[in-house]
Formats: sequence, structure tokens, C-alpha cells
Amino acid sequence: MLSSTLLSVTTFVYAFASLFYIGGWVFKLPRLGPWGSWVARGGLLLNTVGIGLRWVESYRLGFGHAPLSNMYESLIFFAWVIIAIHLIVEWRYRDYTIGAFVTPLAFLAIAYASLSPDISDRIRPLMPALKSNWLIAHVFTCFVGYAAFAISFGVSIMFLIKGETQGGKQKGAPENGGILAKLPSAAVLEELIHQMVLFGFLFLSIGIITGSVWANSAWGRYWGWDPKETWSLITWLVYAGLLHARYAGWFRGRGIAWFSLVGFAAVMFTYFGVNLLPGLHSYGAKG
Amino acid sequence: MKKSRALPEPLSSLLKFFASVQLTVFVLLILALTSIIGTLIPQNQTPHDYLHAFGEFRYRLFAVLDFFDMYHSWWFQLLLLILTLNILVCSLERLPALWRMVFAKNKQPRRNRFRRSAARAEFSSSGPRETLVAGVHQVVGRGFARLRQAEGDAGLDLYAEKWRWNRLGVYVVHLSIILLLLGGLLGSLTGFDGFVNIAEGEAVDTIRLRGGGDQTLKLPFKVRCDDFDVSFYDDGAPKEFRSKLTLLTLADEPILTRDIIVNDPLRYKGISFYQSSYGKLDAPGVDAARLASVEFVLNFQSTGSGMGYMRKLKVNDSLELPEKLGTFTLQHYLPRAEFGGQAIGEALVGVMKTESEAGQQILLPLQFPNFDKMRKGAVVISVVEPAPGKITGEAGGAERFYTGLQVAKDPGVWVVYTGFILMIAGCFITFFLPHQQLLVEIEPRGRAFTVRLMGVAPRNKFGIRRKVALLSEKLQEKLEG
Repeated sequence: MLSSTLLSVTTFVYAFASLFYIGGWVFKLPRLGPWGSWVARGGLLLNTVGIGLRWVESYRLGFGHAPLSNMYESLIFFAWVIIAIHLIVEWRYRDYTIGAFVTPLAFLAIAYASLSPDISDRIRPLMPALKSNWLIAHVFTCFVGYAAFAISFGVSIMFLIKGETQGGKQKGAPENGGILAKLPSAAVLEELIHQMVLFGFLFLSIGIITGSVWANSAWGRYWGWDPKETWSLITWLVYAGLLHARYAGWFRGRGIAWFSLVGFAAVMFTYFGVNLLPGLHSYGAKG
Repeated sequence: MKKSRALPEPLSSLLKFFASVQLTVFVLLILALTSIIGTLIPQNQTPHDYLHAFGEFRYRLFAVLDFFDMYHSWWFQLLLLILTLNILVCSLERLPALWRMVFAKNKQPRRNRFRRSAARAEFSSSGPRETLVAGVHQVVGRGFARLRQAEGDAGLDLYAEKWRWNRLGVYVVHLSIILLLLGGLLGSLTGFDGFVNIAEGEAVDTIRLRGGGDQTLKLPFKVRCDDFDVSFYDDGAPKEFRSKLTLLTLADEPILTRDIIVNDPLRYKGISFYQSSYGKLDAPGVDAARLASVEFVLNFQSTGSGMGYMRKLKVNDSLELPEKLGTFTLQHYLPRAEFGGQAIGEALVGVMKTESEAGQQILLPLQFPNFDKMRKGAVVISVVEPAPGKITGEAGGAERFYTGLQVAKDPGVWVVYTGFILMIAGCFITFFLPHQQLLVEIEPRGRAFTVRLMGVAPRNKFGIRRKVALLSEKLQEKLEG
């Protein structure tokens, strides 16, 4: 299918963008950063066309639906949102080192979708429970939230390797060849982490809420404590904890960055881990 | 806090405990951590299953700790109660001061804060002062609502503010959480959750309630299933389940008729009916002796080589497959098999043993030859003979179904939905409408004026910096033009 081909190409485009950003930062070649940005923009365009085309292809097959219904489609969309938000952040902060820590995440998501043998790119019709407009709202908002948290994760890594405390001294700065000094200041990074968490928190909340309203119309209850629902709530609680810890003045900077890593671990578990949870009875059980 | 001085000691300490944000962070994290338990231990299963999975000791331990229905356990509810009290006390304690701040009239800008701000821009202009003032009003007034001017000690001050009520957004979010918890409580106290199966053409007025025991509930009206329809995609996956339901009074007078499908329930008098599952009725039983003599023909398609191997098997026969694909044993024939809550008709059940896997159970519906592809095994098995219906003697004509409906009533839903809307609004206000203040000083310097813009926005330090720079540029353009 053409859309799958385009999305496979996008995988390589994002790989190149990542290489440009990382190379530009590590080898201190300031021109590579902007090139990385242009390549990322090209990738985003391809990504967009790929998603749109897949939507159209599903209608041609006779069971059209928005491409947000399975692991492949959600990963592709996840990568798309990460790059989209990243480009906006890059434009507002005018910094090309952030790309080195964020575009690889988008690359990993789309690479997993395109290359893993466990993930099929076949367009399948929707099961009755998925046939609802809530599907689009719910998946869209959840993944915008996840993408913001992913970026917050990348920036937290930047903050931690920079090693500076708020208002403190730069650890090992000029001796290091200064690549750490090329990263934005700790204050800027901390604010960016905070902004991304706020943005992600809003969209995760809307995502959980739309999921809840949808569940009520499909299954008759807005909250059933099933693993997926519960884990999305766990993620929400962790980030709510982060925001309150920051408000209470606990560990500025470093602690927030670590907290953000834990939060992203929760996001990853909510996205992928729930599928691995044990059940007392599962199809294909031994014996 | 003035109030606590007037209160007796235990109450005052208690109030202080609940007024701390540290408590909030602890409770949120403990809720998060404990919630994990309920996802690792499947909830609300039968004691038999738990005993089998965990053994005697761990079963007793987990039962005492109430891990099997932990989200309704006393300790989880206690955590929620602590959180609620925490929200209430924190909100009420901080509200008077915040209210005064938000609704204060003619607040004086604190000059030192502005002077220390990194969000500043300064330029010189020839004036006259009236033009400068008009320019500021135009450029700044567009982005900021209230713009006041006053004669300061050094010159003219123009002070503008935006979204001072931003801090109330937090209250909206906290109120929404209380509504969510209240709505949940209301629903669990005054609502119900049950299910019922209705055969086509029949009416019921009683439903079975979910959750332990065989409780039933009588409805204030009857529900009749006029028709049930199921359609499938080419690969056997379900496409749509549709029930035509008629509601009748207890005296059998029709009230209304409606079709329902998954995602589109029927709601009447606060009670909702959801399309949940279905099944076939009254398939005639199969004689065991007859079954023992039936020779099934199965096709084993190797996914690796693409070769298909057709073999004949009777119930209880074992077969070693070529290409070391494993050993298959045909265990049973089911006239009415179910998968994932859906009826899939006649099916064979078998076991596949390979070198790497001990014994994987396999379901083979006669009606869906591609079903086994889902298993993603090295071999895809399908039933070639006999065709569906031959064994049970069904002519394959009119099949009678029953529809499986979920029936629920939750008076708390609207409280919860209100909470949802408030949460979204509150988060949006808090995060995206930060309080911004701007002070513009117009100071005479010789024959010209110094125009100084300073911005303060504690929740948006870099945003306000950009905004001040932008405003300064726009102002300069306006004055030159």
C-alpha cells in the first residue's frame, strides 16, 4: 500500500533528522541543526500525507475509518505529534539542540511501527465497539498528551546531563569541550519541562475524559478500573503529583526532571505494558 | 492562620495536616502506587480462580488486604476521603486571600517587582507625551484589558493587567475532582449495574445484577426483543450487532420502539440498555455415539512453507504434523462455542504440542476458516469437513437468537460529567491563561522621553519576555509611523 511505503520512508527521514540534530550538537556544527529541522519538516509532511492516504485507502476498501484504531496507526500518529509539537517548541525557543533529544523518540516510534514483525500495517475494519466518533477524539487527545510527555522526557534528560542546579555552577563546562554549555540554560529547560507537562496533563485529562464518556455510551459505565483505564489514571496521578510537588517548592529542577522520567515510564506502561499484564484466563493458555 | 488560633488543639493540628500540599503529593503518589496492584492482580474473579493462581497462603494474605476488589476497599476509599478533605481544607484556607487579590480595586503596581524583572524593554522617543500615551493605549490596550494611568514620581505610569482571575482556575479543577468523587459515590449508592438475555420475540421485566450472588431487579416496565441481527466482515470478525427493542408498560402497552447497536444505547427513565452480546438458541443436542464416529477433515497450512496438509481426524485422535510443526490432538466438538463473549457456532477444540510449547489450546469454528490466523502460529488450521450445520442437523435456515443487554442506572453520571467539563475548563484556564502584568513608565529625559516597558508573569517567565519585546517593537513602529 502506498501509505505504508510513504510511512516507511518517513522512518528514514526522521532518522536523518535525528542524525543531523545530534551531529550538529555533538560535533559543534551549528549549521547541521537547522538542516535537521528542515529534514524533520519534510518528514512531517510525508508523515501527514501517509496518514491521510491511509484514511482514504480505508474508504476504498469499503470500511473507511480514521487511522487511529490499532497499534500501527497509533504509533504513526504518536510520531507525527511528537515532531509537530517539537517544531513549534523549536521555533519558540529558537534552539536546535532540543531536536537531538526529541526527534529520536519520534524515530523510535515510527521505526517500531514500520519495522516490527509483530505489528501489521493491514487496514482492518472496525469492530462494533470502536465504531464511534469518540474514537477520534479519545485517541487524538491521548496521543497529544503522550507526545508532550515524551518531549518533557527528552528535555528532562537534557536537564540531567547538563548537571547544573538552579542558580548553581555549571559542572565541568569549559573542560568538556563545552557541548553541555551549548544546551539551553537550566532555567529554560526547567520551564520547558513544566510547559510540556502542563500541556500533556491537559490533553491526557481530556483523553481520559473522552474515553470515559465513550465507555459510558458503549459499555454502560464511565469507569471500570480495567488495567488500561487504571494505568492512564496512574499516569495522571504521577503528573498531578509532579505539579503539586513543584508548587510546594520541593526540589526545584532536578527533582522535577526525575519525576518527569517516572511519569514517562508510566506513559509507556499505559501504552504498551498493559498488553503484557497477566490475566487469570487468557486465550491460548497452556494445556 | 487566624482561625486555627481560636480552635482547640487536636482540631487545629488536624486542620494544619489537611492544609498542607505535601499531603497532596503523598496521597496522589500512594494512590498511583496502590492502583498498580489492582492491575497486576485481576479484580473480582472467583475465589476458586484466585486460590488456583496464588496458592493458599498468598490467597489468604491478599484477601485480608482486600486486593481482590481493591478499588472498593476501605483503605482505598479512605485515601480518597483524605484527598477530598485535603482539597477542601486547602481551598477554603487560601480562598479569602485569593479572593481579595483577584477582586481588589485599583491595585497599586509594586514597582520593585517590575524593576527586577528580566522582561523589559526600553527606548527613547521625542514625544510629545500625548502621542506617547496614545500610542501605549493603542498598542498595549489591544492585548491587555485594564489599562490605568497615573502620575508616578518619575513620570507617567501606565499599568495593565490580564487574567488576574487565573488563580481561580485551580479552584475550578479542585471543585471538579470533588464532583467526580461525589458523582461516583452517588452512582454506587443509588444506581445499579446488571444484564439480561432476551430471546427474539420475548419480553422480560427482570434483570440480573452484577457482582456476587444471583440478585435480580424488577424493572418498572417490560423490554421486548423484536429482532436481533448480526453481520460479519469477510474475515469472520463481527461487523455489527443490532437489536430492535420495544418498551412496554407492565400492562403490555407499547411505549416506544428503538434499534440499538454497540455505542448507541437506549435510555429511558434513567435506565440505559446497551448492546453487549448475543447467542443462538436451542440448537438440538448432539448424540455422543454419533459424534465418536464423525471423521473431521482438517487442513493444516504451514505459514513457513505455504504447504497445506489435509488430514482426517476423529475426536480424541492425535496427529503428528510434517515439517516438525508439532502434534495436534482433537479434543472436543462444541455445538455452541463462544469466543470473547460472542457466539461463534459449532467449533472444534484441540491442543497443539510443539518442541518449544507444552500445549496450546486451539479453537476452530466451522463457520470461520480463517479464525486460527489470529493465533499467529506456525500452522493455520481450518475445518474443511463437515460443513456447518451437518452434524447438528440444522438446515441452516431460520436461526433464533437471544440478545445480551447490559442494563445500568447511574444517577451520578451527570454530576460526573459536570466534573469533567469543569476539569477541562479549569486546566485550560490555569495552564493557558497566565496572569500577566505590564508597567509602562514614560519618563522625561532632557527634551525627549524614555519609554520603559516591564512585564511580570510569575507563571510565564519566558512568555512575558517575548511579549514585552514584541510590544516594544510594535510601539516603536507606531511612534515612528
